[in-house]
Amino acid sequence: MFVIPTSILALPIDIAFWVSLGAAAVVALASVVNAWGRHYGPLLVAPALALLFVMNLFPLMWSFGLSFFNYRANRATAGLKFIGLDNYANVLTDVDVWHRLQTTAIVVILTVGVQMIVGFLLALLFERDFPGRRILLMLVLTPMMLSYVAVGAFFRYYYEPTFGLLSQAVRLFTGETFTPLGSPVGAMLAVVFADAWMWSPFVMLLVLAGLVSVPKYLYEAAEIDRASWWRRFTTITFPYIRSLLLLALLFRTIEAFKLFDVVFLITDGGPGTSTETIGVFVYRVAFQYFRTSQSSALVYILLFVVIVLTNLYLYFVNRRNQEA
Amino acid sequence: MRGGRRGIRQAGWGWTGFAGLVSLIYFLPVLWIILTAFKTHNDALAIPPKVLPLPWIESSFSFAPTLENFVGVFSRAYTSASTAIDTGFDLFFFNSVLVAGVSVLLALAIGTLAAYGFSRYPLRGNDTYLFIILTTRMLPPIVVIIPIFLMFRVTGLSGSYAGIILLYTAFNLPFTVWMMKSFFDELSRDVEDAARLDGSSERRIFLKICLPQVKAGLAATAVFGLILTWNEFLFALLLTGVETRTVPVAMAQTIGGDIGVRWGLLAAIETLFLVPIFLVTFLLQHHLLRGVTFGTIKR
Repeated sequence: MFVIPTSILALPIDIAFWVSLGAAAVVALASVVNAWGRHYGPLLVAPALALLFVMNLFPLMWSFGLSFFNYRANRATAGLKFIGLDNYANVLTDVDVWHRLQTTAIVVILTVGVQMIVGFLLALLFERDFPGRRILLMLVLTPMMLSYVAVGAFFRYYYEPTFGLLSQAVRLFTGETFTPLGSPVGAMLAVVFADAWMWSPFVMLLVLAGLVSVPKYLYEAAEIDRASWWRRFTTITFPYIRSLLLLALLFRTIEAFKLFDVVFLITDGGPGTSTETIGVFVYRVAFQYFRTSQSSALVYILLFVVIVLTNLYLYFVNRRNQEA
Repeated sequence: MRGGRRGIRQAGWGWTGFAGLVSLIYFLPVLWIILTAFKTHNDALAIPPKVLPLPWIESSFSFAPTLENFVGVFSRAYTSASTAIDTGFDLFFFNSVLVAGVSVLLALAIGTLAAYGFSRYPLRGNDTYLFIILTTRMLPPIVVIIPIFLMFRVTGLSGSYAGIILLYTAFNLPFTVWMMKSFFDELSRDVEDAARLDGSSERRIFLKICLPQVKAGLAATAVFGLILTWNEFLFALLLTGVETRTVPVAMAQTIGGDIGVRWGLLAAIETLFLVPIFLVTFLLQHHLLRGVTFGTIKR
């Protein structure tokens, strides 16, 4: 089934690959055999862990190894050299990398900020029980189920200067040609607009879960006390949605941090490199410049950020579960 | 006094009108995709935009709806204005269905077992395993893709169905495990303990007692998995060949091309995809929160 070119087997990285894959298989098999008939737990989770090991953890370890070499995927491995921490040093001192991280930070702050605000307002809208609520909720929830590619493609269609829907609307009101993707700031806002539109319903869903969990009698009591809207919000509503707001913020930050598809489709990082987020940058370094080892080093820095954020996220998830 | 005595959360038709307006504005980009799906190529690029699918009203805003885009999705020779264009979208559509379907089923089988294991027979370091599993899902795909790309090149899996299905199974697994674990955690243990006292085997308890109770959960997990897999772009971009290309990649490649983009065709594909989405958001509304947070938040 698998066509394995034997010439490749002779190369150093690939020997390492086959040895570690073999070792991983032996370990996985041994643990299953060991657990057979004695414990159910290990046996049940073994297939899942094995698959994740082969398809996720093993590749990660491999690229960790690669990050210490000067490997390039489009060249022969003959000149492969161990260069220690040079890749990391290069990446951390590279002006381009810092610039891309800055761009990513701006996009993350803008898009997550807009999502939190819009999502929150939408949640206030749907907090009440009104006729036709389920149908309208369905309409609002649709964007986040679409594919990034579809959203990217069609927003590009809406931004198109001549026949784009949004451009035509703007032209109608201002009389000027609308070319959002022409300027750095415009392109950035165009990306943020599309992404925020897509994911605000996510925030809404979380906030809504908090809002509907507020016991009704608290509101009734506040009504009797003639508490102001603001006071009612800060003393009754906010404590119930606080934890969910935080979770939404963290979750969206993790997701926005790895933003790739929308940028790739709407602006492709342009104009210039003004909207090139770190995800797009890594893609370029790895698959257009083929500086494989350098991109692996870069990836480990991303990995670290995501692991920290995920840890934080799960910490707050657990805390919320314990409170409930 | 808003809401009156019946509690603040009730609202009438006035609120429906307001919410309806906001929802419609929010839904407009999607609505436009649906409209574009029924337009000819020229109508899709018209200035001013064609809004009304009502050809009998004489105005520059109305257009005659056509089904040619939907035909184009399912047939290879896509004829538009008497020129036949080979879109290949029937193949990409088939690829997407096959790859997403098989990998979601595989992930569901492996993941449900694992979720049951994590839920009922906690290992030493159970939480660590679960954390690592979730982390693999939270990672930017670009992190994993570099070594996987090299790995697939070495093993010759690149561009094959087996390769992308294997990868997508792994991609779906963390989500499936977390999601199904959250469903298993919610079940009452009393019935299981009673069955255990009566001498039921562990396998029987799993198959006859636990599994039937999480049927809705299985369905929700499968559907969310299908949506996630169907939408996946980066893995498919780098690891599928000409013959195994999936819909998102094909869509992205049409956009990048120099020739005029067939917006109607892309819109038709997306419109077809909207049907399951609507069903999900409507029928599985109670599991939506759990679905979009990968099973980490239940309520």
